[in-house]
Amino acid sequence: MDVTHSLLYLDGVSVSFDGFRAINNLSLDLGRGEMRAIIGPNGAGKTTMMDIITGKTRPDSGDVLYDGGTDLTKLDEAAIAELGIGRKFQKPTVFESQTVEDNIILALKGPRSAFASMFGWRNRVPHREINRVLDVIGLAAHRHRQAADLSHGQKQWLEIGMLLAQDPKLLLVDEPVAGMTDAETETTAQLLKAIAEDHAVIVVEHDMAFVRALNCKVTCLHEGSVLAEGSIDAVSNNERVIEVYLGR
Amino acid sequence: MRTPITIRLLSDQRIAWFLAIMAVVIIAVPALNLLVPQGSAFHVPTYIVSLLGKYLAYAMLAVALDLVWGYCGILSLGHGAFFALGGYAMGMYLMRQIGPRGVYAHPVLPDFMVFLNWKELPITWWGFSNFGYAMLMVMLVPGLLAFIFGWFAFRSRVTGVYLSIITQAMTYALMLAFFRNDMGFGGNNGLTDFKDILGFNIQAQGTRVALFVLTGLFLVAAVLVSKFVTSSAYGKVLVAIRDAESRTRFLGYRVERFKLLVFTLSAAMAGIAGALYVPQVGIINPSEFAPGFSIEAVIWVAVGGRGTLVGAALGAVLVNFMKTWLTGAAPEFWLFGLGALFIVVTLFLPKGIIGTISQWRAARAERAASRVVPAE
Amino acid sequence: MNGAVSFSLRSALRRLRVALAASFIGLLAGPALAGPLEDALTKLSTDKFDQTEAGIGEVVASGAPQAATIIEAMGDNRLLFKPGSVAIKTKDGKLVDAATMQPITDDFGYKPVRLNNRVRRALEAAVGATTLMSPDPAVRLSAAEAVFKSRDGGALPALDAAIAKEQNAKIKKALTEARAAVLLAKPDATDTEKVAAVETIAERGDQDSLALLNAAARDGSPIVKLAAESSIGAVARHLQVLNAIQNVWYGLSLGSVLLLAAIGLAITFGVMGVINMAHGEMVMLGAYTTFVVQEFIRAKYPALFGWSLPLALPLAFLVTAAVGVLIERGIIRFLYGRPLETLLATWGVSLILQQMVRTIFGPTNREVGAPSYMSGSFEFFGLAITYGRLWIVVFSLVVFLTLLVVMKATSFGLKMRAVTQNRRMASAMGIRTPWVDSMTFALGSGIAGIAGVALSQIDNVSPNLGQSYIIDSFMVVVFGGVGNLWGTFVAALTLGIANKFLEPLAGAVLGKIAVLVFIILFIQKRPRGLFALKGRAVEA
Repeated sequence: MDVTHSLLYLDGVSVSFDGFRAINNLSLDLGRGEMRAIIGPNGAGKTTMMDIITGKTRPDSGDVLYDGGTDLTKLDEAAIAELGIGRKFQKPTVFESQTVEDNIILALKGPRSAFASMFGWRNRVPHREINRVLDVIGLAAHRHRQAADLSHGQKQWLEIGMLLAQDPKLLLVDEPVAGMTDAETETTAQLLKAIAEDHAVIVVEHDMAFVRALNCKVTCLHEGSVLAEGSIDAVSNNERVIEVYLGR
Repeated sequence: MRTPITIRLLSDQRIAWFLAIMAVVIIAVPALNLLVPQGSAFHVPTYIVSLLGKYLAYAMLAVALDLVWGYCGILSLGHGAFFALGGYAMGMYLMRQIGPRGVYAHPVLPDFMVFLNWKELPITWWGFSNFGYAMLMVMLVPGLLAFIFGWFAFRSRVTGVYLSIITQAMTYALMLAFFRNDMGFGGNNGLTDFKDILGFNIQAQGTRVALFVLTGLFLVAAVLVSKFVTSSAYGKVLVAIRDAESRTRFLGYRVERFKLLVFTLSAAMAGIAGALYVPQVGIINPSEFAPGFSIEAVIWVAVGGRGTLVGAALGAVLVNFMKTWLTGAAPEFWLFGLGALFIVVTLFLPKGIIGTISQWRAARAERAASRVVPAE
Repeated sequence: MNGAVSFSLRSALRRLRVALAASFIGLLAGPALAGPLEDALTKLSTDKFDQTEAGIGEVVASGAPQAATIIEAMGDNRLLFKPGSVAIKTKDGKLVDAATMQPITDDFGYKPVRLNNRVRRALEAAVGATTLMSPDPAVRLSAAEAVFKSRDGGALPALDAAIAKEQNAKIKKALTEARAAVLLAKPDATDTEKVAAVETIAERGDQDSLALLNAAARDGSPIVKLAAESSIGAVARHLQVLNAIQNVWYGLSLGSVLLLAAIGLAITFGVMGVINMAHGEMVMLGAYTTFVVQEFIRAKYPALFGWSLPLALPLAFLVTAAVGVLIERGIIRFLYGRPLETLLATWGVSLILQQMVRTIFGPTNREVGAPSYMSGSFEFFGLAITYGRLWIVVFSLVVFLTLLVVMKATSFGLKMRAVTQNRRMASAMGIRTPWVDSMTFALGSGIAGIAGVALSQIDNVSPNLGQSYIIDSFMVVVFGGVGNLWGTFVAALTLGIANKFLEPLAGAVLGKIAVLVFIILFIQKRPRGLFALKGRAVEA
């Protein structure tokens, strides 16, 4: 594998909690601008993998390299976010007590030091910057509402909007359509595909219809390592995948 | 969204109201004390002026606490320590001003050091005869303690009740330390018997009125600075940290630095409040470090409404007024009342007075709006 | 001291020595006959000081069983005489004949045997000598210790005789040590005797021995000096070890107090995650329950006083558990998931409870008595151990182990752990989670209550009792790792011992501050305590 051509490169990564191996010798290679769907049963290590990439969990062994060789295992969450890795959580986590607009302002790309946020640019964000994001996620009419008052789907979109505002090189999206209606799921798939045009994206999802709609390379995890990898058809016809995950 | 600072501060109606009330208080109280003759029903005695000054100093402590608790979710049970340290710095200046007028008439050493048979001033007292240096220490000592404490605590992600408990342990340890005579801060009795401040007699009516006005002005400044901080994007990050700390980290904010800055700022503010408090009550002793005092300050904020700044100040004045009144009228009921206040506020009034009023007004405005424009 | 007095002392000792030496010839010759005692008593009835003094020596020398009684009575001015008869006035005022111990009906004409300073000194030495021979082993032992401390050269013959006669190994050792101490202090003992004495003293190895050896190293002849100096190091090392053991014991004792105070908190905070700032007040209520129980027993059934603590235990548990349930149902259950609010509300509860107790019982300390088994002490390898402390250590261990069993081996413990780990799942499986919450909180509070019973024995029972434990208790639980009973156990004992080792170095207050600072730093290094849970469970 050629490190310089990949955006994210995991090799031989393992981590265990109190003797339980959550990730076991996991390897993954994501190209620049690539979209990847991750599937797998509960406890396969999908969320832990995201934790490792974003610096929340330190692996016991293995390499996690980003964008030409930056070692992510040495950095904390904030530093990794500043490198251009954004993350959307399984449960929608927006800042509930703040307005939709403030949520976007907080996420916008730009200096993030304490001093800069007290006196700097972030206090004078041009309206069009915010509008640009709100238009994409379709929440322009709700800009002054409190995030807590949004519906479940709207919160998911707001979170995706925050990722857009962050303008990362790599987006990690954890179960974006869980709990959504079919219409909302459809909209979300469109949204993610649009984003994938100029960002690399990793999507963790259980909803096979949704994964199919994304139309990208699929990796199936099982017990902390890669079980199968390839197109959606190849993976969903893989005997082992059917056995441990999809069922017959 | 280019908003001038003045508009940003005053767009909050509560701040406008607060400024108006403070303007009236700062002008009216001295006027009623100095201009109205003593026999008149409208005369405010000087001791009441100092009592009100004490309330305002407490209000400033409450604002400092609200800044960290209301906006950043750091429930400090040790803010009394910062308040007391500021108070001690002021007290040391005032002690040095006594000069040879002490009971033992020592030219340099305060009475308690002569009593302990000390021969020279400890190094910690260096420079405190200089007002400027002392005022610098009023902010620097609490600020530095908060910085060091916070640097350890926030970096290792001590949060929630754990943080609360270790802040309480911090102030408890300081209390034990300041009770010791060999710390050189007067032990049990603390620092007292002050004579004058900047050459003015500290007992004189004029000085006490001036101290009251000064405390009022500093309180206004504290609220405005806090409002500036919290209404900036920095303040938005603080609220984000309060509501979803790890999400904020994943957005690329260095949470520990944001917390450290606001914690240090708040501690320095508490220190100034302590420094204004001491000359008006005439004593500072280790009881200000008692965990009970710090946690009482928390209830002031809760009563007024956390995250509203103005509410914190209001709560401090209200609770302390009640305390003065009740400890005079029925002392045994004060602790029952205070205890009940803790329970009632957390159970039934979690947003405090100001927060509840705001919520109520917002609900009314929404109802009014939905009547005018039919729902979609 | 003036010359005359010291002269009289010296001459008195000399005479006594002669008298004692003479007496042992008699002793060694066999059981005492009636004769010598009678002769001695005759001397006591002469009303002449020098005769009286000689008589004292002879009474001792007679070895008669009543000798000690006679000497003791004389010291208390209860030895009476009239010509031809000597009588003892017993403590309840009856007269008995000194020689026969038969009651005397006709008390006419008796007057006390008069004492002057010289006679008194002779008497004191005689007390030592008679008690060295006392039939009661405890009296013999304490007499040997007394001689060891006084190093009275005059007791040497008595010591020699006692050593020869003594059957009890422990007392024999004490006697030998006393003899060695006397010899070391005696100016005319030979070097050989002194070197042997140094060895005996070094073997004893306590603080007193060190002082004796130091004195010998300072004042003795070159040979004695050498012997003393070579053994001083060993004794000092031995003492250091002993000192360390003593610190460990005191530390264990303090640690067990911390454990008692913290263990209830380990349940409410550690297991349930509820911050109960009124926990200290539960301890206080337990202590006041003990007070009430004792007052009741004192008033109604004084004979049962020894049972007051065992009776107070279940009552304290019930009282505080009931208060706990009230707090949980009335306040805390509305605040689950909002720990900071819980903290504030329970602080309010603590203020109210304090003030309530202050109103009912007054603001001052109340006296809780110690039953006989809680007072006194015993010696253990040179360590003085008080029964009160020992029982508290034992009690805290029993409470801890009981709790472990409740948690691990009962169905309630299982439900409690289930609710802690996954509330919704537990609820789905039919566990009544609100009931489990209440009972868990009641258990934690009840344990605080029985801790109060124990702490009433060693602390002031006042409305502020709880305040002094709350911060320490939280430190223990946090230091040990929340949700881990063993962590609490290890943390309490560690902190107790650390405190006691720091105290001699830095003083009690600085030691405590040092421990607090250490914990503050420690929590920042390991935010989840000594025995932290890891992995996903932490986030839940």
